[in-house]
Amino acid sequence: MAYLSLIALLPLAAVVARSTEGGFAGFWKAVSNPQAVAALKLTLIASLVVVAINAVAGTLIAWVLVRDEFRGKGVVNSLIDLPFALPTIVAGLTLLALYGPKGPLGVDLAFSRAAVVLALLFVTLPFVVRAVQPLLLDLDRETEEAAESLGATQPVVFRRIVLPTLMPAILAGSGLGFARAVGEFGSLVLLTGNIPFKTQAASVLIFSQVESGDVTGAAAVSVVLLLLSFVTLLGIGRLAQRTLRHDG
Amino acid sequence: MSIRVEGVSKRYGAFVALDDVSLEVPAGSLTALLGPSGGGKSTLLRVVAGLEQPGAGRVLIGGADATATPARQRGVGFVFQHYAAFKHMTVRDNVAFGLKIRKRPKAEVRERVGELLALVQLDGFAERYPSQLSGGQRQRMALARALAVEPEVLLLDEPFGALDATVRKQLRAWLRRLHDEVEVTTVFVTHDQEEAMEVAEQIVVLNSGRVEQVGTPRDLYERPANEFVMSFIGPVDRLGEAWVRPHDVDIGIDPVGGGREGMIDRVVHLGFEVRVELTLEHGRSLWVQTTREVAAELELAPGQIVWVRPQRTTSFNGSKREGVTV
Amino acid sequence: MGRLAARGVALSYLALLVGVPVGLVFYRAFEKGAGHLWESISTPEAQHAFWLTCVMVAIAVPLNTVFGVLCGLVLVRQRFRGRALLSAAIDLPFAVSPVVIGLALILVYGNRGWLGGWLTDHGIQVIFAPLGMVLATIFVSLPFVVREVVPVLRELGTDQEQAATTLGATPLQSFLRITLPAIRWGVAYGVVLTTARALGEFGAVSVVSGKLAGRTETLTLQVEERFQAFDVTGAYAAAVVLALMALVTLLAMNAIKPKEAS
Repeated sequence: MAYLSLIALLPLAAVVARSTEGGFAGFWKAVSNPQAVAALKLTLIASLVVVAINAVAGTLIAWVLVRDEFRGKGVVNSLIDLPFALPTIVAGLTLLALYGPKGPLGVDLAFSRAAVVLALLFVTLPFVVRAVQPLLLDLDRETEEAAESLGATQPVVFRRIVLPTLMPAILAGSGLGFARAVGEFGSLVLLTGNIPFKTQAASVLIFSQVESGDVTGAAAVSVVLLLLSFVTLLGIGRLAQRTLRHDG
Repeated sequence: MSIRVEGVSKRYGAFVALDDVSLEVPAGSLTALLGPSGGGKSTLLRVVAGLEQPGAGRVLIGGADATATPARQRGVGFVFQHYAAFKHMTVRDNVAFGLKIRKRPKAEVRERVGELLALVQLDGFAERYPSQLSGGQRQRMALARALAVEPEVLLLDEPFGALDATVRKQLRAWLRRLHDEVEVTTVFVTHDQEEAMEVAEQIVVLNSGRVEQVGTPRDLYERPANEFVMSFIGPVDRLGEAWVRPHDVDIGIDPVGGGREGMIDRVVHLGFEVRVELTLEHGRSLWVQTTREVAAELELAPGQIVWVRPQRTTSFNGSKREGVTV
Repeated sequence: MGRLAARGVALSYLALLVGVPVGLVFYRAFEKGAGHLWESISTPEAQHAFWLTCVMVAIAVPLNTVFGVLCGLVLVRQRFRGRALLSAAIDLPFAVSPVVIGLALILVYGNRGWLGGWLTDHGIQVIFAPLGMVLATIFVSLPFVVREVVPVLRELGTDQEQAATTLGATPLQSFLRITLPAIRWGVAYGVVLTTARALGEFGAVSVVSGKLAGRTETLTLQVEERFQAFDVTGAYAAAVVLALMALVTLLAMNAIKPKEAS
């Protein structure tokens, strides 16, 4: 399909090609310079933190949305999709409104590492929730009731019966969230201040490299990000295949 | 329009669906393709319709070679097991579809659709959607839709397979009556031998991609060509090497020449028919079909010793049938 | 007891992360009065940005929709080697950071890029011009229609289309009259998602555009530009316009989702 190639495949191949322009040594130099290392480290750690928080928060939210009843539940349910629908730059601005210098809470997270985590939490909110919800809806209550009739308490039922069933969805949602988080850009621009070595994420580094003409360097860091995403998505794909085998 | 199939074969990878199949369907007849699942009947039907291409062989419709003609030009009406209703269209639009494709004038379309809906007794349902109809109603709509374009040939793929037993029986009788009225060459696929026997004028028995026998229901029942046909159509049991129909066996209290002794294990009353399960000498079992009068007269009960004698048995030597009537 | 606690935690989390910040943006935008807000979003640059955003969406969405339906048909109905590869390739935009996408486009279509030289010789300017931004928008919003259409097509099966064939329909007639109407809600949902993504794209477009105000700025880029220029209320104004579009998208998603399910 020529359309696909022109738009997507060709440009990506170009990135990989350009990153190796200086040979492997050049690639390594670009990737191992201190600023790049700092940026990649920040991106990686922040993304992992966010994934961990999302796994818990996302599951909790999905649980409440499926098992609980309260007025306005429909509105809350729709709210979950907001980070999907809202432009990332606007997301950054909205977080800045509440958590920035003029925020009503008196909290100022702007230009801090916490801001990176905050922004990533916002944009990756829907992934785990939406992955877990359908599974929770389909869950056969009878298994839980059987466990209770055998003497298990609520927390035990959750830990041993519900959680294992949900685990594939939690992992898949987390994986998607991780892939999204490492590449996130728009929400970080206004909120984090892009201070090199302190609050500069890998994606922002790439941007400034392009602006300053260091295209090879940008390509090198890009390749690292691409590898991270691809490995994550491959992992999820594998996981999906294994779950299918278990179910069938 | 007659249908003729000459030497048709079809494979899917290593699986042989049809193996050199040839048969004739006379114009205006009502024929059943009967056989077990996976036997090739649906495949054959779809080859005739043009929905599948044979690997070898020819299909002639009305004497003309239709093998290379695409499905939409063959003038074939097709009814699917699961209705294939156009869910987003009303019943009226479903039935009118073929006519609209052919760009017939609106007045003609309206009239014809009205006629057909009356024919299948769905008048009043014209503005409904398929999801609002029962299974039986959907299938009748599918039939009306197929007949709308006046096909030369009408093909039905297990048309009643997805319906309840009662609805199935009703629609069987209804199909027979419809065929009498419309007189189009009709072929239907079924795995239910009772259905084939009740509805069809001619039955083609297919097994593992091969034609086992072609004949009228009576032919197939009384003169089966081989063991497969005999055991597939009608009740059957074995006496050693010979095959026997349970209702062809006499049962009595007194010993009788040519008969065997046996002990009754079970007597099952199935309304008019009574089924008697016996154990013969050497531990062999047999079941006999008799009437309730006989059962009452002889006071048949488990544990009783009786004598049984078959009036008729059939043996197959290789593929040759030898019947023995006593 | 545990249930109320769970509900409380979940709702507070959502409020603090999503609800309150978004509400605050609306508040800030209207803080200095609706009149001021209107002025802010009707400057020539803002109008051009709005127009440019709409044009990009108007090009990207139909193209991706047609591609999406065709691709969906190919993926579901045809068997060929490399089918899994095609499926993975379509998911690429999800895996790639927007800035990387922008970089990739520059490397291919920029002045010194692989195709760049040939293009400038023919007077076609891709990078630092709207064309490049359209390409970026198409890239990022590529997968949505395909992914929505594939499961719907799978469930539809081929029975209805075969029936249409026996009734005399050509493949094209069958597609237009039977297939398309049957998948319309899946397509609609995909279109809504595509539109939302196209509207909201920032990173790739930012890299490719050169940010020439009045020429290559979209609404999203306007938000950033105004903020950096200390026109905070102006930034909020542009943000509110985008946020409203996002809310409309959410409403459309909610309206269509149940229809898709049935």
